[in-house]
Amino acid sequence: MQSTVLAILAPILLFVACVVGLAVVLLVMGNCFSPGRKTRVKRMPYESGMDPIHDTRRQFDVRFHLMAIAFLVFDVELLFLYPWAVTAQAAKLAASQPAASAVATSSVATAAESADSTASTNRAMDATVAALRGTELVENRDLVFPGVMVFIALLTLGFIYDWRKGIFRWR
Amino acid sequence: MLLLPITIEALIKIGLLIACLMGGTSYLVLVERWIAAWIQDRRGPCRAGIPLTKIRLWGLGQPIADGVKFIFKEEFTPAHVDKFLYFLAPVIILTAALSVFAVIPFGSVLPFDFAGVYDAVAQWAGAEPLPEYAPQPTRLVAAPGLDVGMIYVFAVGSIAVYGAILGGWSSNNKYSFFGGLRSSAQLISYELPLGLGILGVVLLSGSLRLDVIIGQQAGSGVWNVLLQPLGFLVFFVAAFAESGRLPFDLVEAEQELVAGYHTEYSGMKLMMYLVAEFLHMIAAAFLMVILFFGGWHLWGLTGSGEEVTWLEAILRIVVLLGKIMGVILFFMIARWSWPRFRFDQLMSLAWKVMLPLGLVNVVAVAAWVEYGDRLAGWVGVPETAAMAVCGWILLIACWLVVTVSIPSTYDNRPLRVPATRGGQREGAPTP
Repeated sequence: MQSTVLAILAPILLFVACVVGLAVVLLVMGNCFSPGRKTRVKRMPYESGMDPIHDTRRQFDVRFHLMAIAFLVFDVELLFLYPWAVTAQAAKLAASQPAASAVATSSVATAAESADSTASTNRAMDATVAALRGTELVENRDLVFPGVMVFIALLTLGFIYDWRKGIFRWR
Repeated sequence: MLLLPITIEALIKIGLLIACLMGGTSYLVLVERWIAAWIQDRRGPCRAGIPLTKIRLWGLGQPIADGVKFIFKEEFTPAHVDKFLYFLAPVIILTAALSVFAVIPFGSVLPFDFAGVYDAVAQWAGAEPLPEYAPQPTRLVAAPGLDVGMIYVFAVGSIAVYGAILGGWSSNNKYSFFGGLRSSAQLISYELPLGLGILGVVLLSGSLRLDVIIGQQAGSGVWNVLLQPLGFLVFFVAAFAESGRLPFDLVEAEQELVAGYHTEYSGMKLMMYLVAEFLHMIAAAFLMVILFFGGWHLWGLTGSGEEVTWLEAILRIVVLLGKIMGVILFFMIARWSWPRFRFDQLMSLAWKVMLPLGLVNVVAVAAWVEYGDRLAGWVGVPETAAMAVCGWILLIACWLVVTVSIPSTYDNRPLRVPATRGGQREGAPTP
């Protein structure tokens, strides 16, 4: 099992390592070959040819901050929707098929196995369906869709509150 | 077990991918300049050809000359910058822009097993044969088998915000600072519609893996853009904004901010920023084609299964790249055709139009997944056709609502700030 996880993660880690290496090499290469002629004026901040007026690190508009907070709330709630979105289709298929006598745990194991070994579309879907069969998600499926809708409604309420508060108004 | 062949396979793909992306980027810059020249009715780059000869080759030598120029340009570090962050920012943005491609398929499958090739070579070199394994076709993804591909794309894509804001902040320049602020606000605002647009596709295909999403569209033969045009619209606008292309390039509005967050960068570091911006566009084109335009699938040409012949495998790559090229050309033509938004318009488009539309799309697709088959059965039409009809009706309805409810003019005059004691504050610039 551990080697399977490693086999999945190794290419990604390799990729990121290669990319970071490339970026650092580019950075170093640029510094190696470039001429360096420093003058006092060149070392000043660029302000369209004027002498710079006081430091940059000053106050800025609070709306950027509000935007960041609103984003944080909505983005995290959005991420909560992903697990449901992945399983919604398969849970429906699983519920429509007659419940198999197979033990849920063993089918989860085979599903994981076949999902990363074959990965063909239909088989991956079938595997998910098989894994879901008999689990709580399928048994309580009638509650899932209204639950998610309530969740989205709450999200919308928050959104309306933000709108009324004028967070999205830029002037 | 098979870790060594997997590593070698991954390294080959990574090398191929990075080389193609970097080379492709430089040549796409040339294409963009050609298109700009064509739209503005001038010649464009047409002189640089083979060096030391007089052969011009329609300017095909231009990217090479540009690359050499970037290497030998002075890499200047101004005196006032925060050194560490100033050097870190371009590395972050380039890393984030390239790392996204680890899970993005650049084709379908190749009809041979890489482990078998490795085995043959290893035995020829005198090593022990591999243990028994089930032969599988070689997938054209750098990291096959990652089940959370879409989340990975999201996570890594969001890191680009750090590149922009760190670069803007560490430069200690007012143009850079405002560019960084604007860019972070824009990127995070449009990430929400982006996620909502993708959510509809994920609901329909039941997987976060990009190759499975393509496989599902190829299997049914119906592309997602036909089924949920509203989701496509939301995703399309958000992807445009995320890649910071012209109607949305508030980040570096030249007339206002000189060059935005990379005003103080030069030489190789500037090149890293520019390449990263181009890579964002390429990644957006890849995602758009994969999620909504069926990836490598084309009716009657590419087949749809896992077992492919060599001809089909190559056709799939060609079809995928052709579609991506089409999207990129659209990006480029759009750049030279539309004026830029104002910042308040940009923000209200994200929050007041795209976010509600995205929510509507998610709710509609979820309701369809839940009750659609019953509705289609009740009306007596095939399920896919019914969904397509409903999707387009929804799109038109939403468009009407948005068009009617948006005011034709915006009041974006600054809100009156209560005057502090003595009227003007000391040292405040006169407006």
